[in-house]
Amino acid sequence: MSHVPPTPDAAAARIDVVNLTARYHGRPAVADVDLAIEPRQVTALIGPSGCGKSTLLRCMNGLHLTVPGASVTGQVLLDDADIYAKDSNPVEIRHRVGMVFQRPTPFPTMSVRDNVLAGLQLGRRLGRGAPHDEIAERALTKAGLWHEVKDRLKAPGASLSGGQQQRLCIARALAVEPEVLLMDEPCAHLDPISTLTIEDLIREIKETYTVVIVTHNMQQAARVADTTAFLTMSAVGDPGRLVEVGPTERIFSSPRRQTTEDYISGKIG
Amino acid sequence: MAASTSASAAHRGLPRRMAVNAVMTVVLGLVTVGVVALLLWILAYVARQGLKYLGPMFLTQTPPGDPSQAGGGFANGIVGSVVIVGIATALSVPIGIAAAVHMVEYRGRLARACGFLTDVLIGLPSIVTGAFVYALWVAHFGFSGLAGAVALGLIMLPLIIRATAEVLRLVPVELREASLALGVSRARTIMAIVLPTARSGITTGVMLAVARAMGETAPLLLTALGNDLFLEANPARRMSTLSLQIFSNAITGFATAQARAWAGTLTLIVIVLVLSVGARLVGRRGIVRSAR
Repeated sequence: MSHVPPTPDAAAARIDVVNLTARYHGRPAVADVDLAIEPRQVTALIGPSGCGKSTLLRCMNGLHLTVPGASVTGQVLLDDADIYAKDSNPVEIRHRVGMVFQRPTPFPTMSVRDNVLAGLQLGRRLGRGAPHDEIAERALTKAGLWHEVKDRLKAPGASLSGGQQQRLCIARALAVEPEVLLMDEPCAHLDPISTLTIEDLIREIKETYTVVIVTHNMQQAARVADTTAFLTMSAVGDPGRLVEVGPTERIFSSPRRQTTEDYISGKIG
Repeated sequence: MAASTSASAAHRGLPRRMAVNAVMTVVLGLVTVGVVALLLWILAYVARQGLKYLGPMFLTQTPPGDPSQAGGGFANGIVGSVVIVGIATALSVPIGIAAAVHMVEYRGRLARACGFLTDVLIGLPSIVTGAFVYALWVAHFGFSGLAGAVALGLIMLPLIIRATAEVLRLVPVELREASLALGVSRARTIMAIVLPTARSGITTGVMLAVARAMGETAPLLLTALGNDLFLEANPARRMSTLSLQIFSNAITGFATAQARAWAGTLTLIVIVLVLSVGARLVGRRGIVRSAR
């Protein structure tokens, strides 16, 4: 895999979640979260199903609020500016905070190349004279996909394998040159080889970006994350809460809370 | 003990279930063959009757002044159908797709009201639509192809809304979110991601509505009226359509006129068929297909 040095134009941002509660139809899914996410690091969110880790992640780019009935209180500070402030522009926020989803979501009507450029073209961020092909190549190279698809750029995005589709989605997110990349269980539907490829990729892109990853897989958190945050809920239907956050090694070797230890050792979840 | 009892019970039921399965497979096969046979019978009968008279003359001439005379064709009806249904499509497709987008993508109270009214409009007899346009328009401005197009557009509108809304609901939420997450606005997401993905299904829905409009006769009697004498391409005047000419020629009782009606029926079927196949070829690039 080719190594791409950090580019000066992409400045990793920090995110501070302050007293955040996210609700669906008034019912909190995750409550009272305070969490600092450092730039140029990988932060993993782990916890049992239903603990609200995906909801927390979706609060970090405002996507949570696009769901009918969703609301949020508290703050998410992107480099000290609250993304939920009245004058904040959700389109601008999502341009700065990219996201990769659980299932690969290449746009079915677009070619590989157009998928990569979709964010820039649909957001009208490319001028006529912009070097489209170079931008596409750079993003695909960062995502470790260039050599596999350079002869298939005009093929439909959906014609790639699952692992390739997910890297295409990563390339698509990176092409917009975000400052933060959110990943919601990006390997959940991939085979082990593709999973390792994506993990290598995460370790590379963290040199340029701030990465937050939700994962069910604790080995994956241990492999890729610098910092790990553990969330859980006291009972099914109760909101998830942040239990413990710290350097990944410390969380996995000597957790301070009993619930964290129980989860990591497989007693719950 | 209990487990072995239920296992043997399941085993005992097996031959019966296999027999039921075999019988049902045969029944379903026969029903399918029956339906297809019925359809082919209709098509073959229309083709046989229609081909007796269908020829270049039929497509280029207007009917004789005296319906009992042989000769002449439905050129005025073909032109009228194309013009009137064309205008109706141009009116109803943008409004219908926009309404469906509002219903599915923006929800809310207005969207629910729109969904309810669509269901009501679908059940409205087409003669009622014709009478409505007659009262509001024709009574003041007279019969015209345009009034007919408005009536057909009103009939097509709920069909297009319903079909488009169904297909839009099939577009995965994940695609919308993936687009939003790239910093693309909601409007651009709908225009550039959701609608193109649903294109094939929307095209199918529009074609069903066009086919329906092509065959409508009752509302046109009250709006376009018909014009059996000469070719009229100006929708501001009364116009004929294929369906109106089939109707007026079929009820005369003259064998000559009935021969023209059969040829007109065949022409109508062929036009709808060509439009459907053509639309499918054009719309093939989309992904989500209509459920129907």
